[in-house]
Parts: sequence; C-alpha cells; structure tokens
Amino acid sequence: MPDGSPLLRVEHLRKVYASATGDVEAVADLSFTMDHGELVCIVGPSGCGKTTLLKCLAGLLRPTSGVVEMDGSPVTGPSPAMAVVFQEYGRSLYPWLTVRGNVELPLRHQKLSRAVRDRTVSDALEAVGLPHAARSHPWQLSGGMQQRVAIARAIAYRPEVLIMDEPFAAVDAQTRADLEDLVRELHLTRGISTVFVTHDIDESVYLGRRVLVLSHAPTRVREDLVIDLPPERDQLTTRALPRFTELRTRVYEQIQRAKRGPAEAGPAISVG
Amino acid sequence: MRKVLLGATGLLGFLVVWHLIPATGLVDPQYLPYPTDVAARLLQEFRDLAFWRRLRLTMTAWALGLALATLAAVVLGTAVGLVPFLRRATHTTVEFLRPVPSVALIPLAVLMFGLQLRAALVIVVYAAFWQVFVQVIYGVADVDTVARDTARSFGLTRRERLRYLVLPTALPYLMTGVRLAAAVALILAVTAEMVIGNPGLGRSIELSRSAGDAVGLYGLVVVTGLLGLLVNLVFRLVERRSLAWHQSVRSEELP
Amino acid sequence: MTARRPALRIAANLLFALGLPAVAVVLWGVWSARSDNRFLAGPLAVLDAFRRTWIGPAFVDDVLPSLLRLALGIAGSIVLGVAAGIAIGSLRRLRETLGPLLEFFRAIPPPVLIPVAMLLLGITGTMKVVVIMSGAIWPILLNTIDGVRATDSVMLETADSYRIPRWERLRFVVLPAAAPRIMTGVRQALSVALILMVISEMFASSSGLGYRIAYFQRNYLIAEMWSGILLLGLIGILLAVLFGLVERRVLRWYQGMKEITRA
Repeated sequence: MPDGSPLLRVEHLRKVYASATGDVEAVADLSFTMDHGELVCIVGPSGCGKTTLLKCLAGLLRPTSGVVEMDGSPVTGPSPAMAVVFQEYGRSLYPWLTVRGNVELPLRHQKLSRAVRDRTVSDALEAVGLPHAARSHPWQLSGGMQQRVAIARAIAYRPEVLIMDEPFAAVDAQTRADLEDLVRELHLTRGISTVFVTHDIDESVYLGRRVLVLSHAPTRVREDLVIDLPPERDQLTTRALPRFTELRTRVYEQIQRAKRGPAEAGPAISVG
Repeated sequence: MRKVLLGATGLLGFLVVWHLIPATGLVDPQYLPYPTDVAARLLQEFRDLAFWRRLRLTMTAWALGLALATLAAVVLGTAVGLVPFLRRATHTTVEFLRPVPSVALIPLAVLMFGLQLRAALVIVVYAAFWQVFVQVIYGVADVDTVARDTARSFGLTRRERLRYLVLPTALPYLMTGVRLAAAVALILAVTAEMVIGNPGLGRSIELSRSAGDAVGLYGLVVVTGLLGLLVNLVFRLVERRSLAWHQSVRSEELP
Repeated sequence: MTARRPALRIAANLLFALGLPAVAVVLWGVWSARSDNRFLAGPLAVLDAFRRTWIGPAFVDDVLPSLLRLALGIAGSIVLGVAAGIAIGSLRRLRETLGPLLEFFRAIPPPVLIPVAMLLLGITGTMKVVVIMSGAIWPILLNTIDGVRATDSVMLETADSYRIPRWERLRFVVLPAAAPRIMTGVRQALSVALILMVISEMFASSSGLGYRIAYFQRNYLIAEMWSGILLLGLIGILLAVLFGLVERRVLRWYQGMKEITRA
C-alpha cells in the first residue's frame, strides 16, 4: 500500500550509551522506512541492539542523533500512535489487575465513554481468543495466554503501529506457532502495521512482508528483504514452500556474515 | 561520591533548620536547645567517666538480654521447627503470645525483681525472643525436601542431618532474626531504664527530663540514636557475611 | 488427610489449636493455688478482676481514649509514611540527600522521644499521638521507599509506553507494586505503636490503659494488674487479626501469585 508518505521513517539513527568505562555505541547509523499496513520483521544476531532500536522507535529512549518520524512528525516521547508488546509478559502485565483491568488501564485516560471503553476491551479480548479469561488475573494463565493479554492490551489502544519486542521468545514451540498465526491474522483482518523484532530467522520469514537484517553492534541495516510469499500463510504449507527455504537461507547467510565480519554499510538490496 | 556529598548536605541542612527554629523564636530554646549547645554537652559527657559507666550498664542489659533470647529461641525454635507435632500444638499459643507488647510485662517485672537489671532483662528477653524464634522456625522448615530425602537415603544420622542440612539452611534466617532482635533489644533496654528506673542511659534521660535539663536530654537522645545506628550497622554486616557463603537466594524481608 | 471424615479432622484441628492453651491455663491455676508467691494471681481471680475493672465505665474512660490515640497514631503514620515514602522512593536526589538522616532517625529508640515530646508539646493527647507516630512511621516509610525503588523496570516502561498519566501511574502501578513491602512495614509499625501507646501513658498520664496498669502495680492490686496485662495482650491479638484481614484483602493477588509459583 505505498501511497507516497511513509508511516514510519528512521534516518541516520545513532544511539551511544555513556558509561563510566567509556561510551558504548549500540546503534551506529540506521535508516529505513515503513509504509502503512506493513508487517516488518527485524532480525539480527543476539546482542545487536535490537532492543535499543525498538525503544528509540517507541519513544522510550532518546536517540543520540538522527530522527524517528511518525506520519511526518518526529517522535520525542511515547506516542499514542504506538503500542509496545514486551518480551517479558510476566513483568509487563500488572499482577494486581485482572486481565480486563490490564487491557483497560491504558484506555482510562482517553476520553471514551464507559460503554465504548467496555466494548473496546471486550472486542480486543475476543480478537486474541480470551473473552472467557477477562476476570482472571494474569498469573492464573499460561505464558502464551499472558502474551495474548498483552497483545489485546496493545490492540485495544488502537495504535497505528504495533511494536513487538521478541514477544514469543519465552513460550514453547507449539504456543509460539499459535501466537504467530494470531499476529498474521490480526495483521490481515485489521490491517495493523506491525514492527516485529525477533532473533528467530524462520519466524521472521514466516511472519513478515519485509525482513530487515541488522548487523552486529554497532548496528546498521545489512539487508532489506522483501518476502514474496503469498499473504495467506499457514504453518505447514508455507514453511514447506521452496521459496520459504530460499528466503530463510538468504537471511541465515546474512546473519552469519553479520556475526563474523565487522559491519559494512550495506545499501538496501531487494531480492526479487 | 555524589551520594556522600548529598548525604552531607542533608545532614547539614537538618542542623541548620534545627538551629534556626530556636534562633527565630519559633520554639523557646528552653525546650529546643541549639545544636551547638547539645554538641558541646556531648563532648563534655564523653570525658565523663560516669557517662561511660551508664553506657556500659545499658549495653550489658542489651547484650545479656539478646544472648539469652537468642539461646532460648534457637533451642525452642529448632525443636518446634523440626517436629511437626510440636508445630501444630504450639501454633495458637505462639500466635497468642507474640503480639502481647513486652512493655505490658513491666509492672510484673518490677513486682518480681524490683528496680534491678533482672527486671529489665525480662522485658528485653521477651521482646527479642519472638524475633529470633519466628525466623528460626521459618529457617528450619525451609530445608529443601529433596535434600532432606537425599540425606535420609544416604543414612545420615540425626546429628549429621542437623549439622550439614538444617544448620546451613537456617543460619541466614537466624542472622536476620538476630539483627531484628538486636534493634528491638536496644529499644527495650533503654525503655526499661526509663520506666523501671534501673541505672543506665534510659534513667539519665528520664532524670534530665524531670530536672528540666533540655540540653542533656537532647544529647542523650542523640547518643541512643548513634548506639542504634552502630548496632544496625554491625548486625547488618554480620548478616551479610553469613549470607555470602550461603548459596540460597532469598528475599531480604521477613514474611 | 483428604480421605478422613471432615468431622474428625475438625476435632483434631480444634484439639491442636486449644490443647496447649488449655493445659497452660490449668497449670497456671494449679500453680497459683499452691504457690505462696503473692505476685501471682490465679486465672479465676484475674478473670474476675478483668470483669470488675474493664467492663463498665473504665472502658469508656481509660480503654477507649487509649485505643483512639492508637488508631490515630497508626493511621497518621500510614498516611505520612506512604506519602513521604513514595516521594523519597521516586526522587533519587531527595533519597540520597535524606538517606543518612533517615538512617539516624530510624535508629533512635522511639520511647526516648517521649520526654522530648513532653518538653515540646506538654502532657497532652496530641503529644501521645505524635509519640506513636514518631515511632511507627519509620518501618512504613523505609519499607515504602524500598518498595517503590524495587518496582519492576518493565512495568514502569509499560506504563510509559502507554502514556499512563502520573496519577494513574501512582494509583495503578507504583502503589500496588510497593504494597507487599508497605504491608510488611505496617505490620512492624503496629507493634511499635502499641508499645508507645502503653509507655507514653505509663510516663505521662493520669488516665489510659498504661497508666491504669502502672497504678495497679504501685498499689499492689495484683489481680487487677494481671487483668491489665491480659487486656493489652488481647488488644495486641486484635490488632494482629485485623491486620491479617486487611492484608489478605489488599494482597490477595500477591499471595495467589506466590502460591502458584511455589506449586
């Protein structure tokens, strides 16, 4: 759906952490854009500054230099147009609130009528398949269900971009597949633009419409890859496609190279 | 460095405010003397042998009380913690006796022992005992069930189990209990002297008050604060060391 | 334990709960009857004295005012301790500035503040409430500071990312996160408060529970004195029970969570 103006624009983003033992450059020079309705996966070797990048996108960290722009205006702090799903669902959901209370909390300060708020919450819980768990507390649910609650909270917030930070790293493989399909489904049916950070190559190829491969820290974009798989995907057939294997091999090689060599500034290459 | 500087600023600020309150006439210096006067009196006291004798009396009551309470609590706590029958049988009694404020026993102690150290000891021991006792029970009960079964399957004797299994598990709890008890024992040692009137810092405080000697009174309050600070620091250090060689990670606060 | 008849189990529990206290009371009775210690009163005599002394006008004149001051002191220290604790806990500079001072004030044995309070405020009801607060506030304040500081960073980041406003962040994130520690502090504060209530009345009063007990002792009214000790014990237990009820309500989520992680 490229329509001229991008939804998210990151230009020459650089983040240096000052510390007593010297400065650490986490992100060197990072640029990319993202259009409305896209699902972009960001992969990179572990410890490559993915989380730093994500926090800069979400306005939780101030970049040292460079810009993050959302709909043409710079991001200087957490924005109502973004919602973050953290990896540590156990620490991001509030155990003293019920599932419903957790989803509702970010909506309290929005000027919504009680009825609209209730409907929004119910609708979000419905969308993640948890309408029956509204009155439970998060710790009474399994890890996968807790992450569903976090996703419900994010979509109830009705952001323009959903930012997910390795959301499924802490759940078992079966649950993970279900959650991946949930993200695909939300993306397809609701058209939510999503930035999905992961270290899992298969996951990035399976989920994404585009995959950004990051270099080792200090981080740059190594490759910007278009995933030309059909939009209707499922765990069995999609992963068995020869094209899937090609793409995953391609990402894999890039990451291996990123791990070995020092970062070389690569221009965005599209493989068609 | 910054922390030390800020802390010193806070301390200085407090002293300045303290000085300004009587200086501006907000409170009569007769009731709130200048900090400089109090400091001068303290220096004078420190040169006085009688002051050190009183301090020794207070610390004797504290140390004796703490030692007796710890001894009793370790013996009883280990027995109660190890034997489920005892634990069930004593539960209500413990829950009933523990909240009884130790100062309620002051009149009884005075009747039984007069204005003596022994009367003060009753109060100190009673208050300090529960702190240690409860922690010892938790500690003894905390022995890992797998470790316990392992020990049993290897045929360790009761004595060996106590030495190698129960003691290391319970020790950090014991130290937490002793740290809490040390603070409580100091409070009650001073309180007993104030109320019962056995000689020591507490009685001097009461005498300063009845004599209208505000400078002396504030000086002694500062002394008890410093004592409390010292006791806290020493026992926190001891506790940390006992935790350092212990493997288990547990939350610092008592349940 | 599950297969047995419930009636039998209840009986066994009851026996365990009341067995030792019953034995203790009987021993006390036998001992006091045989002993010629004149400071020992038997359980029946104490019970009788209790009825005579505390049920009636003395309850209104001596017990109620004491309890009222106790309640005011505790409520005041909770409000002030939590409010100040949140401020100090969330502002690092303030915390570092006040750190050594707080350590010092906490270390002062609270009863020595009674003479100071008498000097500054005179022998009044306000003085006693201030004394109770000046001792009971420290455990609450310091535990609140620790609780606020220990609030999980991801929880705070989540609140930031959803732009949860300051007040709601306090009400729904910081305060509940610190609640377990705050409750630990309140529990410690309760026993300090009770001690200070008694001592301040023994010291500077012509009424109140502490005054009464000291009076009985000075006049060798032994059974009455014991009944006073009994009453103080009962108040202590009542406080502990009330606290337990409140704690179970406030920390239901915390206890439920602990149970699940332990299983």
